[in-house]
Amino acid sequence: MTQPLLSVRNLSTRFRTDRGLVRAVDDVSFDVAPGETLAIVGESGSGKSVTALSILRLIPDPPGKIESGEILFEGKDLLKLDDAGIRAIRGDRIAMIFQEPMSSLNPALTVGLQVGEPINLHRKTVWSKALDKAAELLGKVRIPDGKSRLNSYPHQYSGGMRQRVMIAMALACQPKLIIADEPTTALDVTVQAQILALLKELTREANSAMILITHDLGVVARYADRVAVMYGGRIVETAPARPLYKSPRHPYTRGLMASVPRLDGDTGRPLVPIEGQPPDLASLPAGCAFALRCKDATERCHRERPPLVESARHHFSACWYHERLAA
Amino acid sequence: MNASPPETLLAVADLKVHFPITKGIVVKRQVGTVKAVDGISFSVGRGETLGLVGESGCGKSTTGLAILRMLDITSGKVEFEGEDISAYDRGRMRPIRARMQMVYQDPYGSLNPRMKVADIVGEPLVVHGLATDKDKYRARVAELLKMVGLLPDMAERYPHEFSGGQRQRIGIARALALEPTLLICDEPVSALDVSIQAQVVNLFMELQERLGLTYIFIAHDLSVVRHISDRIAVMYLGRIVEIATRDQLYKDPLHPYTQALLAAVPIADPEIEAGRTQQIITGEIPSALRPPPGCRFHTRCPKAMDVCKTVDPPMRERDDGRAVACHLHS
Repeated sequence: MTQPLLSVRNLSTRFRTDRGLVRAVDDVSFDVAPGETLAIVGESGSGKSVTALSILRLIPDPPGKIESGEILFEGKDLLKLDDAGIRAIRGDRIAMIFQEPMSSLNPALTVGLQVGEPINLHRKTVWSKALDKAAELLGKVRIPDGKSRLNSYPHQYSGGMRQRVMIAMALACQPKLIIADEPTTALDVTVQAQILALLKELTREANSAMILITHDLGVVARYADRVAVMYGGRIVETAPARPLYKSPRHPYTRGLMASVPRLDGDTGRPLVPIEGQPPDLASLPAGCAFALRCKDATERCHRERPPLVESARHHFSACWYHERLAA
Repeated sequence: MNASPPETLLAVADLKVHFPITKGIVVKRQVGTVKAVDGISFSVGRGETLGLVGESGCGKSTTGLAILRMLDITSGKVEFEGEDISAYDRGRMRPIRARMQMVYQDPYGSLNPRMKVADIVGEPLVVHGLATDKDKYRARVAELLKMVGLLPDMAERYPHEFSGGQRQRIGIARALALEPTLLICDEPVSALDVSIQAQVVNLFMELQERLGLTYIFIAHDLSVVRHISDRIAVMYLGRIVEIATRDQLYKDPLHPYTQALLAAVPIADPEIEAGRTQQIITGEIPSALRPPPGCRFHTRCPKAMDVCKTVDPPMRERDDGRAVACHLHS
């Protein structure tokens, strides 16, 4: 692999709650290469969003805290930067797109001001020029008549249009990395397809890398180059997309794939659900977090936590029996 | 389809549900109408599952609520077990409601947090005066919980002690309490995590087999609908645009909107995805307040012709039993 753009090393983020210490992200490491799309897949509570927020240091402290680790971006450790230093990165070199466009846009400011803000702030461009650029960006995300729509407010836009505005904001300073946290979950399926295709096209054009956070295995298959599967605050499997889907080497990944109905699946057979519930992050077991739901768990799985090891070239699995799964 | 079609349990004919938009506080005047459901017809056979799909605002949930008469019907006919219920008042609907029940989307919002599970599941029995014998009542609640895969001793707990999937099971147990024939399920798995969805989908299918239930399964997830449904109706802006058996619809969709919907759903396999031609339709669903003239889909349709802009295509039944509302197929 070429020199990674982002390298997350042993990241641990915890939250103090009245139920005790919650290890939302526990010793997570991964790289993102320039221009690639990495999908982080997992269910609610798997730690995927907290991982994303930790990269930009957006974890509310208290109750949250990034306890340890390194986040190396373009050679700098983002965790060592002071407040002004991280603010200079946010929205400029690394931009974020959130799930809910209505609550991430300011309802009291015009769209023009919000799309122009990062340009004005980071590029020190005068407002009149920043607004010209904002109109151009709206055109880029296919909002027709961008110039006149600069003066509209978010509520005058539909859900899909608002997400386009979010993308325009994210692209404003041509970031090297875009973190998109469930960017289309709130949208209808035809609009979801439009937005994701647009996002993919524009990131490719700008040669930006993307971390796409989602629970949808179909979206991952369509858009990701590489995949990291999270469970119980850890990465349990990571590989390029094709081998991951073709021969998953973690029982959780296998379980997920068997439990999701597919448009081209066999309708005669019942789905194979993963029995049980996702783990409680406040009281994780000593061994593998998936052991309680795993059909093939042994005594060792309950006792010792399996490390993430390279099971095949570029294909990592955190299962004691990853070799057996490969067969 | 079967050689002998099953007995019709529910028949909906030209159903319309319109909501007036009013302005003014003292003197209210109507300034518009949202035609949430605007003339739809379909039937559901006993023991069958009809999937109702479409994007937000297409009228699929309104259809469900109108069948249960939880919303007023503007016009049209709803016939349940041969009885025209479209003009029934609350009192006359009560015995009917025992036989058609609803399962809701939100397993958090649809259970009263201050009631014990036993009281939630048993409430329909109390309301319908079937809880006269205490022991029998308890036994029935325990039986219902077992039926949905919960333990009878969970009856004394409160909803917050359960996970999303378990809560949805409680909602299903409540819906089954009065031994209904028809369940209207409105997005029953979309709030659940992917690994839990399959558990609940399988439960629905098991219960159908065991109890002979009929389902109207309302959902936006086309993969889940495909898995569970015998026939599927696709809705767009208050209308059904296509209705067909599962295999017909997914193998050979006729309406351009159905085709667009299916093309938009990604398949969980990167190799298949790489080989798929991506035809993504543009635009978003127009407002139901002012639906486009002619065919409502013509503003987004890649195959729109001149006639589509002015003439509303009627629903036409074809020889193979499916029906489609499109000028290309008339």
